[in-house]
Order: sequence, then C-alpha cells, then structure tokens
Amino acid sequence: MSLLIRNARVIDPASGLDGQRTILIDNGRITALAEASAAFAADETLDAKGLWVFPGLVDLAACLREPGLDHKATLASETFAAASSGITTLCYQPEPKANFDNAAQVKLICDLNRRSHYANVEIIGNLTKGLQGEHLSNMASLKRAGCVGVSNGQQPFHSLQTLRRAMEYAATHDLTVFIYPVEHALAAGGFMHEGEVSARLGLPAIPSAAETVAVAQTLALASHTGAKVHFCRLSARMSVRLIRQAKASGLDITADVAAHQLFLTDMDVSDFNPLCHVMPPLRADRDRDALREGLADGTIDAICSDHQPHEVDAKLAPFQQTAPGISALETLLPLTLRLVEDGVLSLPEALRKVTDSPAHIINNEAGHLSVGAPADLVLFDPSALWELDLNHMHSDGRNSPFGGWNFNGAVKRTLLAGKTVFSV
Amino acid sequence: MLHAHLSPGPLPSRMQLTKDGKLKHFLTIEGLPPLLLEEILDRAEQFVTLPNKQQKKAPLLRGKTVMNLFFENSTRTRVTFEIAAQRLGADVTNLDIRTSSASKGESLLDTVRNLEAMNADMFVVRHEHAGAAHFIARYCAPHISVLNAGDGRHSHPTQAMLDMFTIRQKKGSFQPLKVAIVGDVLHSRVARSQIHALTTLATGEVRVIAPKTLIPAGIEKMGVNVFHHMEQGIADVDVVIMLRLQRERMQTALLPSEREFFKLYGLTEERMKLAKPDAIVMHPGPINRGVEIDSRVADGPQSVILEQVTNGIAVRMAVMSMIMGPQGGTA
Repeated sequence: MSLLIRNARVIDPASGLDGQRTILIDNGRITALAEASAAFAADETLDAKGLWVFPGLVDLAACLREPGLDHKATLASETFAAASSGITTLCYQPEPKANFDNAAQVKLICDLNRRSHYANVEIIGNLTKGLQGEHLSNMASLKRAGCVGVSNGQQPFHSLQTLRRAMEYAATHDLTVFIYPVEHALAAGGFMHEGEVSARLGLPAIPSAAETVAVAQTLALASHTGAKVHFCRLSARMSVRLIRQAKASGLDITADVAAHQLFLTDMDVSDFNPLCHVMPPLRADRDRDALREGLADGTIDAICSDHQPHEVDAKLAPFQQTAPGISALETLLPLTLRLVEDGVLSLPEALRKVTDSPAHIINNEAGHLSVGAPADLVLFDPSALWELDLNHMHSDGRNSPFGGWNFNGAVKRTLLAGKTVFSV
Repeated sequence: MLHAHLSPGPLPSRMQLTKDGKLKHFLTIEGLPPLLLEEILDRAEQFVTLPNKQQKKAPLLRGKTVMNLFFENSTRTRVTFEIAAQRLGADVTNLDIRTSSASKGESLLDTVRNLEAMNADMFVVRHEHAGAAHFIARYCAPHISVLNAGDGRHSHPTQAMLDMFTIRQKKGSFQPLKVAIVGDVLHSRVARSQIHALTTLATGEVRVIAPKTLIPAGIEKMGVNVFHHMEQGIADVDVVIMLRLQRERMQTALLPSEREFFKLYGLTEERMKLAKPDAIVMHPGPINRGVEIDSRVADGPQSVILEQVTNGIAVRMAVMSMIMGPQGGTA
C-alpha cells in the first residue's frame, strides 16, 4: 500500500529542508521526497495544499501508567492521545509503580502496545533494581531487550558511590543514563519553588539548589566515569549555566526541559492551583527565561511533555495532598510552536527540539524526513485555531493547567510507519 | 461540565468577597481592602464594649449553625470561636476530625459533603495544610461560608485581626508605627497574616527579626524589612510581637538550642529598653517562658498578651456577624 502526499510545505529540521515537496510512502517508509512537480503513481494520493508536513514528534518522557496504575490511564488511551497531537514515538519513563527491571517487563509493554499501536513506545529501563537506588539493574539484558537508556526516575540513590558505579556500568554497555537532577535531602518535604510565592503561601518549598547541587555532582561523575548522561527536566537557571559550561568543555551530555516549564512560573501556583503542582516545581520568571535562552543557544537539546496523567481525585485536595504532574501530551506541540510565536526559536529550530534532537538522544531512526526513513509524520494545518477544552482531551488524564488556552495550528493527520493513526 | 472543577478557581482573596464587596468567606487577609479590615475592627469594638457582666449575647446569628472543623488540635482557638458563635446566638457543633472520619481514610471533600448535608451555615476550619480552607470554600455548597482558623503555615486571619484590634486599642492609628515580629516566621501562619494586615493598614514599618534559618526566602517582597540581630531590629519600635518557638526546630538543624535562641532573640527587660518607652508586647500564645520571652516581660506592664485573648472573642464575633448577620455576605 503506497501513499502520495502532494502540495505540502515539508519541514525537516534535520536536513534543513523547508519547501513544497511531494512525499511518496511505501511499505511504512519514505521512498521518495521530490520536487512538487514530480509525478508518481500510488494507491492513495493526499492533496495537502495549505498543510505543513513535519516528522512525527519524539517525546522523551511520558508516564504511561500501564501496567499497575491503569486507573489513571492506559497504554492505548495515552498513545492515542500522543497520536492525536503528532507524537509518534514516546519514551516510557520508569516510576515507582511501573518500571523495568528485566526483559520480560519490557516485552510485556511491547506486546501490549502492539495491540493498539497508535505510537511507538520506547522503554527507559531501571538504572538500579526496582529504582531502589541500591543495586545495579541487569543493564545488559535490558539493553538487549531494547531499552534506549537507563534511569532511576525521580528516586534517590543510596549514595553517590552507587550512582558512580551505575554510571560506570551503564557506560560499559554504552547505555545513556537519564538523570533527574535532584538532591533529595534539599528537596524533601517541599511542594513548590522556594521564593516569594512560597513565602507568601506558606507552602513548604524546594530551593533551586536542590537541582543545581545534583547537576554539579552528576557533571563531576560524568566527567569521571565517561558515562553518557542525559539531564531530564531542568528547571533552574543555574542548572542551565552549569550544563552550558560543561558542554563547552567537551563533555558528552544532553539535556531536556518540560514544555510547561517554559510557560508557567511559581506565580501560577499563587491560588493553590493543584494543576500547577509539578516536580520539579515551577520556578521563578528568571528561571523560565534562562530555560528559554538555554533552548535557543543549544544548551538544552530537547523539549518533552513530562506527561503524567491522573484521575480526577488525585488533584481534588489541598495542594500538598495532590499528586504532582500534568497531562501534557496534547500540549507538547502547541506549546513548542508557541515558542516560535514568542520569538524564542525559529520554526525549524522549535520542531527540531521535539523531533530530530530527542531521536538522537535515544538513538532512534525516527525524527526526520528522508528517503529510507520511517514514514512517521504529521500533517498540520497552520490556519486552524482552537482552544484546549479539558473535557475533550484524548488522554485519560485531564489534569492540564492549559485549559482555556488558545493555540494556532492543529494536527490534521498523523502517520505511523505510513499508516494513519489519527485524523480529523 | 464533567471536569469543570478542574479549572483553576478565583484567587482566594477574590473568592472571599461577594459581588457587592461583602465578606462571604474569611480565608486570608491578603488582597482584602483596608476599609473592610477597619470595618472588622469597628464592629469588634461594639462587641467588646458589651459589658462583661450582664448582656453578653447579641443574637444576630439566631438559627444559624456553625461547625468547628478542626483537623489539627487546638483547644484554645476552638473555644474562642465557640464562645463567639454562642454569644451571637448561633448553634455550634465541634468536630474533632482527627478522631473521626479522616482517620478512617475519608477524603476531605467527602467529609465536607457529609457535613453540608447536616445543614451547616459556616465551617470554621483548621487544617495542617496550606490552602485547605480555600479548597473547602471552593468546593462546598454555595450557601456555606468558610472561616479559616489556621491552614498550615499559610494564614490565620482572625488571629491577625485580633492583634490589629489590640494594636489599634493601644496605639490609635497604624501609620506612625514601627512593628517588629520576632522569631519563627518560617513556620508561622500568624506572622504571614499579621504582615498582610499591617501592610494593608499602612503601618509605617513592619520588621521581621530572626536568624536566616527561620526567615522564608523572598519574605521582603511582602513589604517587610528583615533583621537578623534583635538589638537592631527592636530599636525604636512601638510594638513587639513575639512568635512561639516550637521544640521541633532544634531537631531539624534550624537552631542549635533553646538557650542560644533565648540569648540572641529572647525578649528580656533589657532588650525592651531599646524599643520605644511605651512599646507594647504581644504574643499569639501559648507562650514559652524562657525560650522566646522572659516571664518578667510576659507578665510586665507592657504586655498585652491576655488582652489579646479577650479581644479574640470580639473580633471573631465581628467576622462571623459580618458574614452571616443581617446585611452580611450570606444574608
């Protein structure tokens, strides 16, 4: 079954392509990417006049909840939500109740996902057994089972020695270590950023130093062990500075930021809005500005959703008693494109932060459009205007602080290996 | 709408007023207009002048039901709310939630729904978590008012207003005053509410005095001057408010010892000499003699600590009647 897409503006940040092209897809892959005038025969032809075509998004961080937490969401519900917003590959982030110690658990997810298959799910395996921070996981067999990296999620390490050994062992097997930089002793018991808003609200707070201390320690260990480290979910200004310096000195590291950190600050918590309860916490204006600068100058490589769907009750309590996290798959692309409107990034740069860059971090062949590449792509209508209505989200989790926000441009169709997995 | 309750509600400060500017809930001092704070003080004045002997009751709330919901233990505060409501002719029910539903795993919202069904008109809420009173006010039935009797470290608005009442009683107006708040500001909801009240009432200068470990980062944005040395901070002030220091603070590396704290920040007769000669000494209670305050000061001529307690009832009557009385926010 072949498919021809005509008359689209094709944007491929990896190659720098931005122009009218004709795309031929056969057998799940792109078989031709030619001038607009080129003629091909295909089983189906799609006239994409007025639409943009760009690679399907690669999201480095989503909690998919199944198995174990399927009262919050399921693999099928969340991958469909991903497809509906142009995400074709997402990384399953390990969390305490859903993580990957062995190949069988990895295989279970792959089998589960094959049933619905709205998006590719890549697995980040455990760095330590059960994320307990004490014993090394079976990293080699996790890698053989297909894990794209290893991480301890947001769980603490027993000691820096454990972290050091884990990094060395991961480096032995050429596995990227995904580190959430947080010094738990400084963050423990906190619920929001320590600053003027927490002073006013009296909410126990987490200082920026809880993150930057961990960034500094991890950088020292990355340099010592030679492990390839990816820093997850930066939130603080000083972290950006430390990583910028480390990159300049030649350290092989990458970093990402959650899209919401680029738009919200601790001021958004000032009415105790539990939808703005996230970890790491929303920080001050100047942190948000520094994160944006870090994106623009390449210090931060990727933008991710940090998707954490919750059932309604999880957010129906006084702030401290609510579960942290945002249902964020459906706002990853809209918020990324808003960075273009805000003048932070050019359109290709912005798209690169959610396609080619994250794909590189997990050594994935997706994330770009070229002959031979998987036909994971998005048909996007730049003229559509819409408002995020929490009642109409595709995710089982409707916990988004962006309800009521207006966005320019909408996904019309998402292709995964040439197959339409979403269309309107 | 299925998920209407997920949209962020209005700011607490706006939520507590009706459209025509009357008090509907009393959750925080922050954002309330100065005139409204003065109205509370004026009204409390009327209740305080009711002679202590005969005619104690002013049955403005006859037929109303007030429920004291104390998720955190506090006999003293609860009793003053109880007396205030009774003097206004309301029926009062006390619920010690720790010993009932919440300890059986019932969610806060379910507890509230159940109590609503018992025809309450007002919930007086004390809870260990910041924002709990705001949360209840957002989700309870529209005819119910919520009076915050302390939520986490966030707010304790009636305590702050009784302190303002006491200051006004002794000093007249706020503009020329220098007020110092001394001690554990970090953990104190009372201090936060006092700061909002004092700045709203245009107090000349508000100071906080404590070591850095007990001052929350960013507090100066609330309009206070921060001092780390008692002698500098207390110099020339008209009002000294001492905060209670909890023993736990020594266990969590915030302070080395009670003795050192008293040495550096304890209010002694010696130190009181640095303040204005007619300065008054306040404390929200219960006091720790020899930890934050010397007995000679606590019981001395400048202390108004017991008057604060008496005024607490009048101020709570004022707030309750402004919400539920004739021409009140829910009248």
